[in-house]
Amino acid sequence: MPSSKQSANHLQRTAAQSTEVLQELVAHLRQNRTQLREEWANRITEAQLLTAMTKEEIFTEATSVYDNYVETLATGTFEALQSYSRNLSERIIPRGVETHEVVGIVLLLRDVLARSLFAKYQGDFTMLNRILDAYEPAANRIANTVAVGFVQERERVIRQQQEAIRELSTPVLQVRERLLILPIIGVIDAQRARQLTEQLLRGIRTNRAKVVVIDITGVAAMDATVANHLVQTVEASRLLGATVIVTGLSPEIAQTIVTIGVDLGKMNTVGDLQGGIEQAERLLGYKVVPVADTALS
Amino acid sequence: MEVPILKQGRFLIATIQAALSDADLVQLRRALIDQVIRFRSHGVIVDVTALDVMDSFATRTLRDITNVIRLRGAETVIVGIQPEVAFAMVQLGLTMEGVATALDLEEGLAHLQHRAARNT
Repeated sequence: MPSSKQSANHLQRTAAQSTEVLQELVAHLRQNRTQLREEWANRITEAQLLTAMTKEEIFTEATSVYDNYVETLATGTFEALQSYSRNLSERIIPRGVETHEVVGIVLLLRDVLARSLFAKYQGDFTMLNRILDAYEPAANRIANTVAVGFVQERERVIRQQQEAIRELSTPVLQVRERLLILPIIGVIDAQRARQLTEQLLRGIRTNRAKVVVIDITGVAAMDATVANHLVQTVEASRLLGATVIVTGLSPEIAQTIVTIGVDLGKMNTVGDLQGGIEQAERLLGYKVVPVADTALS
Repeated sequence: MEVPILKQGRFLIATIQAALSDADLVQLRRALIDQVIRFRSHGVIVDVTALDVMDSFATRTLRDITNVIRLRGAETVIVGIQPEVAFAMVQLGLTMEGVATALDLEEGLAHLQHRAARNT
């Protein structure tokens, strides 16, 4: 068994060697830039990747990816590549480029370069081995970085869109002086429930509302946490001096509310939205009377 | 810090202007009850707009004030609870059962006047 000192020496030597080899590799890639880049672009077209982009665009992108790739191999630092791949993703995601395409082109580049290395060192097997030892880990890490950068950018876009949908999906509407409606449609999770509460309480304050009708006709199901949250919202609204009327409870939600043992005396519920608005008008002292029976006849 | 209590016709208005210590709250309770008796007031408004936190002691004291004043035949309205404060209170289970609340001073006065009109 080699002593630790020996093995440390060995490691140092390999590290030094691999840097040397990498430099040779980088020189080779720089020399053959035009040819390799073209070959790569052709392979991309053949494999029918990046179909959303024109041939010229592919070539331009291929050039900059190639240069960044070689640069990363030469310096061994990934920060520049990370920011480049983020930037690239930002540009190509709106064009409809898919994850498999991005991973595909980076892997293609890896293969193209490996082939050219095979071709160059086919006579010298030991040298080829050393070159590949240095090349493979670096190349894999580059592929990894680009793929992760792309996926992260996608996730960021998705998060942003979710946020936008959430904001859009919780309108607080004023139907009469001091009367608000909050129609809730779709699935309510804990986060959306919290956002609803915030918007409602803020709405009560800015519109000086006295009565709020929360319509949950569009909500199919609700778990105990969210039902509890709804009850809390009703109580918080009362602390601001507003009365809440909940309308459109589906049989399932009514079951949930009874099962979790909420005191229904605190909740003012009416069957449907129309009934809710009518009761709200009564609370506010409005009386809706038809002007004359001429309007519709 | 002492809370100023203003007399406005048959009503008293106490506006809390900064966070209160427990001793201040006890002092406010005593002062309010004294003045309700002295002026034979019909209603009291406690304005908490300036408070950005309400703990259990504050909530309980306000409820006590309401109950004591109700025994004197007058009504209390708490006005100006901030939205964030309201939600935090509910989450802590401090729902102030049986205490009247209103959006702001104007609403609180309207509420008291409405009740007074109904009682006469």
